Amino acid sequence: MFAAETLAGPSIPWFTLSPLLALLVGACVLMLGGSLLPQWPRGLYGIVSAATAATSIVLCFFLWDNLTDGRPETIIADALAFDHFAVLGTITICIAVLLASLTTSDYLVREGEDGPELFVLYIAAAIGGIVMVAAQDLIVLFLGLETLSLALYVLAASNRRREESQEAGLKYFILGGFSSAFFLYGIAFIYGATKHTNLGRIMKVLSTEQAFPRNDVLLLVGVGLLLVGLAFKVAAVPFQVWTPDVYQGAPTPVTSFMASAGKTAAFAALLRVSVTALESRVDDWRPVVWVLAVLSLVFGSVLAVTQTNVKRMLAYSSISHAGFILLGVEAASHTGSSSAGDGIASAMTYLLLYTVLVIGTFTIVGLVAGKGDVGSNLTDFRGLGRRRPALALALTVFLLAQAGMPLTSGFVAKFGVIRAAVETKSYAIAIIAMLASVIGAFLYLRIMVSAWMEDAEGEDAAPPVPFLSGLAVTAAVAFTLVVGIVPGWLLDATRQVVTLAGR
Amino acid sequence: MITAAVVPTTTWYLVLAAGLFAIGMIGVLVRRNPLIMFMCIELMLNAVNLTFVALATELTDINGQTAVFFVLVVAAAEVVVGLGIIVSIMRRRQQATADDLAALKG
Repeated sequence: MFAAETLAGPSIPWFTLSPLLALLVGACVLMLGGSLLPQWPRGLYGIVSAATAATSIVLCFFLWDNLTDGRPETIIADALAFDHFAVLGTITICIAVLLASLTTSDYLVREGEDGPELFVLYIAAAIGGIVMVAAQDLIVLFLGLETLSLALYVLAASNRRREESQEAGLKYFILGGFSSAFFLYGIAFIYGATKHTNLGRIMKVLSTEQAFPRNDVLLLVGVGLLLVGLAFKVAAVPFQVWTPDVYQGAPTPVTSFMASAGKTAAFAALLRVSVTALESRVDDWRPVVWVLAVLSLVFGSVLAVTQTNVKRMLAYSSISHAGFILLGVEAASHTGSSSAGDGIASAMTYLLLYTVLVIGTFTIVGLVAGKGDVGSNLTDFRGLGRRRPALALALTVFLLAQAGMPLTSGFVAKFGVIRAAVETKSYAIAIIAMLASVIGAFLYLRIMVSAWMEDAEGEDAAPPVPFLSGLAVTAAVAFTLVVGIVPGWLLDATRQVVTLAGR
Repeated sequence: MITAAVVPTTTWYLVLAAGLFAIGMIGVLVRRNPLIMFMCIELMLNAVNLTFVALATELTDINGQTAVFFVLVVAAAEVVVGLGIIVSIMRRRQQATADDLAALKG
């Protein structure tokens, strides 16, 4: 029989987990308080949710400082990693929750609904995402992925009055479950080949090559399936089929959250797994990432041009952005080169900047679309410059930034990944990326032309801009311009993310 | 008599699991009823469970078997969410197939 003390669990560093715990407390307060107390004043749910995310971000800054003094480590019996990479990912996801909460609050008012559910689901998804960003074990990673995905399925289907929303939820659910099964099958094979699911131990086993015969086939199939699962989640071509439908059908604030937090979590997981566990097998997975990156860049940009619905355009543009971030992953795979770290740093910076950009853009699209999210066609943007000059100006800033215009954060992001690719001598992919961004620029110009140079047929009323959404858009514009004009501080900070725990 | 019996090796289980996974995958791709597609996804997850158990037995390692419990919990959570979405769609219309869901093109 076991004595009680032999079953002692691992020690848990509570302060290191504090951003997660803050989110958990916030979610419980919203869920329990929301159902036990009488109806809260309008907008309070959103503000509590945003405050929770802000608390988490502040805690992350403390952790960042602690880390700069100490060194990266793995915590809770090697289940989670604690390093700058994880903290930056956590900050990115919390920013997504913060901005999306503000805009969702106004969205609910417009749709004549109220309640804490959407905010609780945002926070639950964020917790899953943060676990993914920090996961140091494949099973933990799977649990984080499912926590994130299950919340996102419900969020996508959350508008019960609109058939499109329901359909988006179902499509996302079926294809998401499909890809999770592939991901899990990959984990099973990697476990079979190495006897471990822990990233650090997998790395050790693979680098010492203490193999038994079936090892290699099992491992390669496992890595392949794992990459398929993650490529589904980041919406890389050819696994992007769900993206346009789901982005168009889901309520617009939810779309912005999916495009930011979901992508960040999946890319961070992809980076950590491939760079840590599969470090000695870079030659096996680099070509796959290369092909995914090129296909995403080309197809994302080209197909975006053929769309007439702005939400679908932005969905394809997000596929093309995924291609750019994969450029960073590809650069990170050149582990022999001294610039491999730049790949990790630039990909994470890209995710942070893109999060702010994409939420800002979708917020404006949501405001223009109006009640029921109906007016998101390109024609609905006609005359926006006359009806709402400030809104059109903000939209212009976001679109120019997404196109990679200098003096905006988008330029910093794209410059980072392309420079990392060039420094690791991946010239071909860098050139393809630049061409793709030229094609992409046409798409963004099309929306701008529609907003500034074409007149609306009827004299539509100007779309109202509620306070919280206005605040979110203003903050996002300010961030985009500040980072674009003085990027130094951010780049200095993100340079530290290259040291992953457990390597 | 006993010596003549064929002893199944780990490979048998892996092949069986791969077969189940393939059946589930094809089911998702060709069937049009959301409920059936959903059942096929569950079949895929359970094929993975079988793989985990077979490999854990061969490696004489307990971690693969504990992984199955996590997968079971996740599968149960997926059932709750998935059926919730499907029921809310079915409530709008009498009969739902994936082909009817075509408000979004593509």
